Amino acid sequence: MNDLELSDLVKRVLFDVAPDLEGEPVDPKIPFREQFEFDSMDFLNFIIGLHQASGAQIPEADYPQLASLDDCVSYLKARHL
Amino acid sequence: MPSLGADMDEGTLVEWLKQPGDRIHKGDILAVVETQKGAIEIEVFSDGVFRDCLASPGDRVPVGEVIAILDSGKASAAPTGKAALAVPVADAKALQEPLARGRKVTPAARRLAQESGMDISRVVPDGTGVVGLQQVRAHAAITGPPAVPTGRIDLKEMRKAIAAAMARSKREIPHYYVSSDIDVTALMDWLAEENAARSVADRLLYAVPLFCILARTLLETSELNGQYEAGEFSPSQSVHAGIAIAMRGGGLIAPAIRDVAGKGLDELRVSLTDLVGRVRSGRLRSSELSGATVTFSNLGERTADTLMPIIYPPQVAIIGCGQIAPRPWVKDGEVHIRQIMSITVAGDHRVSDGRSAARFLSRLEKRLAKPEVS
Repeated sequence: MNDLELSDLVKRVLFDVAPDLEGEPVDPKIPFREQFEFDSMDFLNFIIGLHQASGAQIPEADYPQLASLDDCVSYLKARHL
Repeated sequence: MPSLGADMDEGTLVEWLKQPGDRIHKGDILAVVETQKGAIEIEVFSDGVFRDCLASPGDRVPVGEVIAILDSGKASAAPTGKAALAVPVADAKALQEPLARGRKVTPAARRLAQESGMDISRVVPDGTGVVGLQQVRAHAAITGPPAVPTGRIDLKEMRKAIAAAMARSKREIPHYYVSSDIDVTALMDWLAEENAARSVADRLLYAVPLFCILARTLLETSELNGQYEAGEFSPSQSVHAGIAIAMRGGGLIAPAIRDVAGKGLDELRVSLTDLVGRVRSGRLRSSELSGATVTFSNLGERTADTLMPIIYPPQVAIIGCGQIAPRPWVKDGEVHIRQIMSITVAGDHRVSDGRSAARFLSRLEKRLAKPEVS
């Protein structure tokens, strides 16, 4: 997948776990927690969604590397997705 | 129109999910009502037949007014005349709204319909019975702007509801507060080990074992768990815990998970995920908004250390949990770095004293030190 496809995948997961945000513009650099008032539950659901949509195994220790849209794209890209 | 919490005085009927003449079963969703807390699914409490509906989508109805006639089949004087009368009514409705049965409406579609003031029950679903954004837009294109706009989820309204409930609480409930800093290192270590062995989808937030242990400890402190109404306290045998969930953009709602102490960790994990998901998509059930016997307010990661929460009437206690942070901590005569959480109990002096809350916190501390045997 190229960057744009990965970015679309991440956004789709984001809107799936937070349907109330559907259609909101996403700033790729700002962490979801700050940008969308994500709490722990939102974030965990997001990780689960990311795992299901990409097939990536995401250990708990990697969670800090998935804070923003850009972070997620880099992380998935590094895993050749 | 059922009361969905101490702060509700009216609701707007959004749609009927059953039609007159339908057989209904306990737990079925009869209707959707728009309140200051969003769209709520109204459940049926006993088996029977839906005889008649007395309100139409878009109607604003005060709490206590009859919106539907249900026949449980128990009353011997079952009005046969009424039943006979109900049949043609049902037929007429069926002609007007042939597609209202067995439909599924997506939350996004419901919101769009509400925002544009559309009666969702009139939107034609796709071939599989689903009403989505596409169907709502297509309907809008055909019908044009509606004559009567209905309500929509409004954070200003929710703010009013919170203000009303909290003002009543501060007016009526003589609060006391008791607090302890508790070492939760054992819980967090146990959780890290547990989660390492779990697949991504099954991992636990610390809130799950925390709520489980809070609930089990509450079973031993009945004066903090129940409801106070008409000058009398009724303790509860089970812990139906309201879980405070913040809304994006402001506002707070605390729907209940039933019998938290009786649930296993995974059962509670699934309930919590489901509940938060439905808060986000604006689809709670009536029983979740009035049945709580206590509330848990967990600030969560990267927030603040301590909160002094306000009791939600008619409950008699609320437990506030601050963020977990590493702190210098004296253990066995030495200073260690430990993970510390400040836990505060707000109690109702009409029912209990600070001593009850202190006893609760000391029992809680013991349980949190050995989370694996919780």
